[in-house]
Amino acid sequence: MDLDLIITSFPKLLGATVVTLKLLFASLFFGLFLGLFFAILRLNKNIFINKFAYGYSYIFRGTPLLVQIFIIYFGLGQIEYLRTTFLWVILKEPYWCAIIAFTLNTGAYTSEILRSAFQTIKPGIIEAGKSLGISNKIIFYKIQIPIAIRQSLPAYGNEIILMMKGTSLASTVTLMDLTGVAKYIISTTFKPIEVFIVAGGIYLFMTFIIHNVIKYLEKKYSFQQ
Amino acid sequence: MELLAFGKTGWGDELFYATLMTIAVSITAMLVGFFFALIFTPLKLSKYKTLNLVGNFYTTVIRGVPELLVIYLFFFGGSGAIMYVASIFGYYEYIEINAFITGSMAIGIISGAYSTEVFRGAVQSIDKGQFEAAKVLGINKFGQFYKIILPQMLRLAIPNLSNVWQITLKDTSLISVTGLVEIMRQSYIAAGSTRDPLFFYSFAAVLYLLLTYVSMKLINKLEVRYSKGY
Repeated sequence: MDLDLIITSFPKLLGATVVTLKLLFASLFFGLFLGLFFAILRLNKNIFINKFAYGYSYIFRGTPLLVQIFIIYFGLGQIEYLRTTFLWVILKEPYWCAIIAFTLNTGAYTSEILRSAFQTIKPGIIEAGKSLGISNKIIFYKIQIPIAIRQSLPAYGNEIILMMKGTSLASTVTLMDLTGVAKYIISTTFKPIEVFIVAGGIYLFMTFIIHNVIKYLEKKYSFQQ
Repeated sequence: MELLAFGKTGWGDELFYATLMTIAVSITAMLVGFFFALIFTPLKLSKYKTLNLVGNFYTTVIRGVPELLVIYLFFFGGSGAIMYVASIFGYYEYIEINAFITGSMAIGIISGAYSTEVFRGAVQSIDKGQFEAAKVLGINKFGQFYKIILPQMLRLAIPNLSNVWQITLKDTSLISVTGLVEIMRQSYIAAGSTRDPLFFYSFAAVLYLLLTYVSMKLINKLEVRYSKGY
């Protein structure tokens, strides 16, 4: 066990954690909106809209995240037309490609979580709102969405942790996030165990924080039984 | 389409073998995972605090750390660890472990953590009366577990195990970083030599979708079989 390496690699890895957190928050932020959008499409009665939303979530949940990143980072650059548009400014940066891939991926999972949350809302609650003369729009925003958010908190907490682990794949497209730097240190020092302890410890610490925040939110927003 | 031709001109046969490799690694990893789950599930359910701690440590660490990091640990640390053990027995030559073994061990340990949680949940959801009834009938502990608890537990565990299978199947794409030629690695090679990454990575995505679709259908059949009588 090389204690010196543990001490010297810690600040480097902590610096790389900032990149990981940036990737995580950006993709969760965009992914939440995308997920909500597709969850609403899934509840639509029009069969084409419904199938489209189902297809989106099926494709992104059925393929590995690595394939998705590679298609966006290596694949899209191949289309000549894209290189001439303003999109190229975004797509040539591995950072944005990673965020796009993570957003699309977490959006697919989030849409499933929110859809099932919407479906578990008892019809009686909506009917009660209607009989009180509340408009459909307000029922949706003030009754359905808050209940759905509360229902989906535990599952969404898992999704945040999965996404945090998913950001490690950014290291495959040259980004130096926590895993990227860890791999670099391992391949230069050939001391995998020490580096794994430090990097794994940082990841575990983040998992611990996310887990407890979600637990706190669950308690705070629990229904009065 | 000619890119996918079989033989020397296309990448069809290479991708076909790569798909078989992905399936082989997934199945091996899943079995390694079951092996770990069979060890750690009793630990997590044990009365003793220390054993609980060991079981919880395993599932918490593996589920809280990215898969890629675990794979790097095995990839860079695997042969070192084996050589250390060999040196105790007086063997000092360089030992290189096959990428298939490293990969399926790494993915297997990850898959095992998820399987452990599934089994724990399934055992806990079995009615306490079943354990008590078995005890009253004088069935020994071994028989209790294998003849009474396990068959009931499997029925409850299969839907969740199918999720674990999906996760494992998708995780195998990550061992392409160790150089094992499975779907992802083969697509990377093909994309590099033909300069057509969009096509090959999209094709890889299709292959993965196909694998998940077919395995879902098979698991659904299994589910129907095991819930006979309910």
